[in-house]
Amino acid sequence: MKPINPKPSPRRYHQASWDEPVIFELSQPGQRGVLLPPVETEIEQEVGNPAQMLPDQLRRTVPPALPEMSQVHVLRHYDRISQENLGVDLNIDIGQGTCTMKYSPKINDQLAHTHKLTELHPLQDFSTVQGILEVMYRLEGMLKEISGMDRFSLQPGAGGAAIYANICMMRAHHASRGEGKQRDEVITTIFSHPSNAAAAKVAGYKVITLYPDSEGYPDLEALKAAVSERTASLLITNPEDTGIFNPKIAEFTRIVHEAGGICSYDQANANGILGITRAREAGFDLCHFNLHKTFSTPHGCGGPGAGASGVTEKLIPFLPVPTTEFDGQKYYLDYNRPKSIGKIRPFYGVTANILRSYAWIMSLGADGLREVAEIAVLNNNYLLKKVLEIRGVSAPYAKGKRRVEQVRYSWEQLTQETGVHSEEIEIRVTDFGMHYWTSHHPFVVPEPMTLEPTESYSKADLDEYVAVLNQISVEAYTNPEIIKTAPHNCTVHQTQQEPFDNPDEWAVTWRAYRRKTGKK
Amino acid sequence: MNTKKPVYPYIPNSVPDVKAEMLRTVGALSMDELYADIPADLRFKGKLNLPDRLHSEAELIRHVDGLLNKNRSTRETLSFLGAGCYQHQVPAVCDEINSRGEFLTAYAGDPYEDHGRFQALFEYESMMAELLNMDVVNVPNYDGFQASATALRMAARITGRSIVLVPVNICADKLSKVKEYLEPDIAIERIPFNPKSGLLDLAVLKTLLSEQIAAVYFENPSYLGLLETQADKISALAHNAGALSVVSVDPISLGVIRPPVEYGADIVCGDIQTLGVHMQYGGGNGGFIASNDDVKTVMEFPSRLFGVAPTIMEGEYGFGDVAYERTSFALREEGKEWVGTAAALWGITAGVYLALMGPQGMVEIGESIMQRCCYAMKKIAAIPNLKVTFNNTPHFNEFVVNFDKGGKTAVEVNQALLDRDIFGGKDLSDEFPALGQSILFCVSEIHSQDDIDRLVSILKEVVK
Repeated sequence: MKPINPKPSPRRYHQASWDEPVIFELSQPGQRGVLLPPVETEIEQEVGNPAQMLPDQLRRTVPPALPEMSQVHVLRHYDRISQENLGVDLNIDIGQGTCTMKYSPKINDQLAHTHKLTELHPLQDFSTVQGILEVMYRLEGMLKEISGMDRFSLQPGAGGAAIYANICMMRAHHASRGEGKQRDEVITTIFSHPSNAAAAKVAGYKVITLYPDSEGYPDLEALKAAVSERTASLLITNPEDTGIFNPKIAEFTRIVHEAGGICSYDQANANGILGITRAREAGFDLCHFNLHKTFSTPHGCGGPGAGASGVTEKLIPFLPVPTTEFDGQKYYLDYNRPKSIGKIRPFYGVTANILRSYAWIMSLGADGLREVAEIAVLNNNYLLKKVLEIRGVSAPYAKGKRRVEQVRYSWEQLTQETGVHSEEIEIRVTDFGMHYWTSHHPFVVPEPMTLEPTESYSKADLDEYVAVLNQISVEAYTNPEIIKTAPHNCTVHQTQQEPFDNPDEWAVTWRAYRRKTGKK
Repeated sequence: MNTKKPVYPYIPNSVPDVKAEMLRTVGALSMDELYADIPADLRFKGKLNLPDRLHSEAELIRHVDGLLNKNRSTRETLSFLGAGCYQHQVPAVCDEINSRGEFLTAYAGDPYEDHGRFQALFEYESMMAELLNMDVVNVPNYDGFQASATALRMAARITGRSIVLVPVNICADKLSKVKEYLEPDIAIERIPFNPKSGLLDLAVLKTLLSEQIAAVYFENPSYLGLLETQADKISALAHNAGALSVVSVDPISLGVIRPPVEYGADIVCGDIQTLGVHMQYGGGNGGFIASNDDVKTVMEFPSRLFGVAPTIMEGEYGFGDVAYERTSFALREEGKEWVGTAAALWGITAGVYLALMGPQGMVEIGESIMQRCCYAMKKIAAIPNLKVTFNNTPHFNEFVVNFDKGGKTAVEVNQALLDRDIFGGKDLSDEFPALGQSILFCVSEIHSQDDIDRLVSILKEVVK
């Protein structure tokens, strides 16, 4: 037997394609997926027919038209469509810059699946939940150290909710000083996450968005022009979504403070700076971490994530209730906080992710966290060097400078020379079993691509991703049609886009689809 | 290069030789050089003061088990707690699916690479739609509190009005969240309830309604477990005033209880924790919002809405975002509120749950809960000196027991139950002082007759 030749690069990927029907089409009348404990005869005799307990107008007359399926058929359906999905576990998931797609350790999932967590009711007596309260208290302590802030709330459900919680605390702070009405503007930057602008608008603020200077830094002069006695807050990310660290950040916070504003730090991009630089030293009053980004909890197809809102001393009174406290002997939740902004969500936070984050930090320690940051930055700068060798791509701004944990690239040259757009590259990348994302809108960087290689990927992984981008660049110059007609190797082919924006055609549910298409 | 540094299992490039090679590639002599743009005065000096790391899984398990074993779970202890977080049997297949790495670790892939995520969430929306008898359901937002708050903001935008009416008897925590979310431009006025029936006071509601009211919001079942038998009248009153009817429901009730659209609701919302998601100490929430397929309403959803469309290949379902241009992803502050990471995995899980239950399962679980709840109420009402408040109103899964005549405070009763290894109900004495020393007990399909009888006999003993 001859030796088998090595596999070619890039790999010849094809996604699973089960041709799986929509679940309603799998229904077989009479089948059951699970059964319930039968109601005891004595209970039935005592209370009678449940239908009689309800007045006619509250009684459902036709059972919901759900599919009827045996257990194994439900399992098989979902297992099949799960194979038609890519997660961090499967792919070199460096294409979703700003979102820190890192490895979520399996041991932490296992730890979070114990009934000692999953089967706890949030209103149990404190004496029966000392373990989880201690985990919450300890994680808060760790985040305080990592950020330099004085206290944290682990309640927000994800990053957007944490941003909003911080805005509410800022609003309450100004109101407590009688400046609530006067301070009606917030300042953010275009390279900060859109939720900063959007959440501030919900909270009633006028949003001023700063654009970068010619080198890509948040424009200090523009900030000076924007601040006034109306400034409530600066909501800013650093490094921004370009991966550029703003070295004047302390001046930004000083200027806003001098105008009486509060500075709130969106630490979505904290992965490259753990143990390197902190919110406190940069002068922030508020900050938040996304535990599902920096602290490794899985992204769950879009949540549950977890947000952690940090505050300095003067904002502690406004923290959401309850806070987690320790009196030297026992842990408890404190609701008696009269200046609190109140609740951000039910109960205390996404506890499974709080536990996972705690376990992740415990597995790494201070040196490990620093290693995370350093390797994330090393990976990013390595990737930068390699990507810039690809024809048609550039890294606008901050020429010759290092980037922190991600880079917003531009395919502008490639588009001009080949007519291939970043959105088309996004789809073509899926043909190689990888993920790629352009960037948040608006596309200030033309034809953008945002890569964040985190610490979870090996040099070989990065080389493989670069090889795919390189191949697509070659295709753009030699055979753009293959990009324009992608995907070729995925579960499905190009989907018609018009129905999604046409109210006569769009179908958010199977019943709407059947109604609008006349399908039986 | 410090070769003594450990290699970390989660950090492939922590191998010293690889690191050195990569540094050479980027033309840096040290890691520090890569941080050259961070000014010295912003650099953290020294080492973070964190606990020593646990090197191995074995040590981590020992440590975390040591902490969590201090908890006593509802699998070990009979519990009658509800009040916004509910104990139901979670089918094993729900956990199996939401633990799969393909779903658990995916995030924001496009509809091609993540066809499965789009299909699973489209199916979730579609099964919820059958339960709710409505054509539009969102990809989950954070939780039921957020769903109520956003539904009310949607109503205000749709009507162009700025006051919403909210019952007095909703959860204080939920009210706190909704209030904070509607500030500063939407005011809340409260609808009182009839102290005898626990149902909304329609006479007062009529006086509150005006051309300024954007929405009448109510819950069915209510926070105190009651079914609002005047639901159609409330919706009609709202509509007569040009307001929307916004109703929050527990979706697990909808096999037996009529879906709100059939009594006039325009926007329906709630939490999907009851559909196959573990309680997790209150960490297992997901919010849903549903409406009819009316453009004006659909365009006010902040959430993702996944839809189906043909592909270029005959016989293929493609998926994508419906009306994406509404969102803050597309428009930043000009979008509808904001959208981001929320609770998609629980949406997939709830879909699995509904598929496993099927129509018959949803009918049976609703009936079982109502019968068990009714049984518990009857038995407790028969105890001398105990009163089941609002006893003549239909209930779903929770009910209020008043201890004023029994001479015990709610705290004392719950402590007595705890001493006998039972988690009692939610103490309402602070939240609703008007109800006196009262406890909200919750019963579900997992409570056997023996469980309920045990509670009854201990209560009997406690108030003797």
